[in-house]
Amino acid sequence: MSLVSAENVKAYYYTSAGSVKAVDGINMNVNRGEILGVVGESGCGKSTLASTLMMNVRPPLRLVEGKISVDKYELTSMKRKEIRSKIWGTLISLVPQSALNALIPIKKTRDIIKDVLKHHLKNLNNEEINNLAKKRFKELDLPIEVLNMYPHELSGGMKQRAVIATSTLLNPKLLIVDEPTSALDVSTQKIVLKMIVDLRIRGIIESVVFITHDIAILRQISDKITVMYAGKIVESSTANEILENPVHPYSKGLINAVITPEREVKRRGLSYISGQPPDLLSPPIGCRFYPRCELAKDLCQKQEPHLTEVRRNHFVACNFVK
Amino acid sequence: MMFSLHNLTKVFTVGFFRRRAVKAVNNVSFELDKGEIISLVGESGSGKTTTALMILRLIRPTSGEIFFEDKNIFKLKTGEERKKYWRQVHGIFQDPYAPFNPMYRVDRVLYQVFNLYDKQPSKKEKDQIVKESLSAVGLTPKDILGKYSHQLSGGQRQRIMVARCYILKPKLILADEPVSMIDASTRAGVIKLFMKLCNDLKTSVMFITHDLGLAYYTSNRILIMRRGEIVEEASAESILEHPQHPYTKRLLNDVPLLYSKWKDL
Repeated sequence: MSLVSAENVKAYYYTSAGSVKAVDGINMNVNRGEILGVVGESGCGKSTLASTLMMNVRPPLRLVEGKISVDKYELTSMKRKEIRSKIWGTLISLVPQSALNALIPIKKTRDIIKDVLKHHLKNLNNEEINNLAKKRFKELDLPIEVLNMYPHELSGGMKQRAVIATSTLLNPKLLIVDEPTSALDVSTQKIVLKMIVDLRIRGIIESVVFITHDIAILRQISDKITVMYAGKIVESSTANEILENPVHPYSKGLINAVITPEREVKRRGLSYISGQPPDLLSPPIGCRFYPRCELAKDLCQKQEPHLTEVRRNHFVACNFVK
Repeated sequence: MMFSLHNLTKVFTVGFFRRRAVKAVNNVSFELDKGEIISLVGESGSGKTTTALMILRLIRPTSGEIFFEDKNIFKLKTGEERKKYWRQVHGIFQDPYAPFNPMYRVDRVLYQVFNLYDKQPSKKEKDQIVKESLSAVGLTPKDILGKYSHQLSGGQRQRIMVARCYILKPKLILADEPVSMIDASTRAGVIKLFMKLCNDLKTSVMFITHDLGLAYYTSNRILIMRRGEIVEEASAESILEHPQHPYTKRLLNDVPLLYSKWKDL
């Protein structure tokens, strides 16, 4: 059963220099109860994918074509106003990359929560809102005092947890988190990850799209992994399959560049992908990865690879797989 | 011993009306041999960077001493002596933006290193050395020279900082979170380059990081720091295999691993 399905989604930024093809023909499915990890370098279109999935497209970003449906709604045919009132917060919530700055410095957490709830549930009074917030904070093991604190009084990890708690107050079915832990140290990171897993176990949310550049985190929490490069999906399968039998040279490169305190890493050694992701104003013709790929042949400069199933539920876009 | 710290303590007093003392670094002692690579690991606020600043002689300790080649570095009298110290002990910092002045070309960062030389090379020699150093860190000189810092990527900028080490050939490099702000795929490249350079020049390195993976991969010895104190010190292997202190155990338990899954999530 899929909760989200995206078909051939293209979203470009229209700038004076031309169109930046940040999301270029993406097909993906998020099943109910699943944590899907999206991984790639910075500048590969991961964050644009997040906004596109919830149809938060505003100029210069525009949806060029494609169909996105979440639950029983087809987002691509809805008006922005309608999406705002019916979808955001209640069906899909986004915790953006700058979530630490999402809290207003002159407002207590309690008042920020009030703002969010009043927008969606107009007939609640202040006391009901307070009780709702308290109940949820208790459920998630967050200290109640946080509600009476200003953002500067909270630590980084607590801010992030408060933002996630606020964004899931209305029990959205899908939570999209964009690099939630990149500014936190390891112990705090684990607490935040635990909270996300906990939200799913408690049935507050159904599915999670987890965007990150750290594939080791996805190993820990995600069921499926999608590897994105230059606006396209290059490989997608279950987390174990991707990490144990990666096929695409880019996925292999990403995995071999990770350093963790493990014997296997020392044995394997470190390698890295030379060069940088292409400028998406004019991405390379053919395979977008060929300028950085070790396997690249003449064919790759002409022929664009498409996602093909190499094993059961394991899709790869590379000219060298059969 | 090439380099040693003895009972180093730094107390900051904070607050204007109600003055309060914060012990940022508390009685820290360790030694560092020639060619040895060590890591100082701890979470934010553990006093790692304060220790680094004292080693670089940028702030004075409240008590304790630092010896470099049998000289107390806080008792260097003349400017000449201090210059010599800074030529031998060099720092690389976390933020790949901060060392660059956006108003100047990036060349300046490289050419300024020559101010630490005793005898100034001629203009031609300088150009030659700068070009060599850039090639040594895997950059093409003509792509870099003459550019402004915003035209370069984070990885390139951090490589330029490593190129400075190549020009200076210091005896000790202090690397404070050198790769935490660059992308994972580029990170491995900078680390490899760094390790090769240190191996070629026989430089000692002190990594200051919260990343146990980096510490384990690069270092001979790891020092775990918490709340201003060193709580555990052992070889990289034995930290991983037999951590003693509960804090070390917790850190190891919290790092996301690539080849095994957390059991307590």
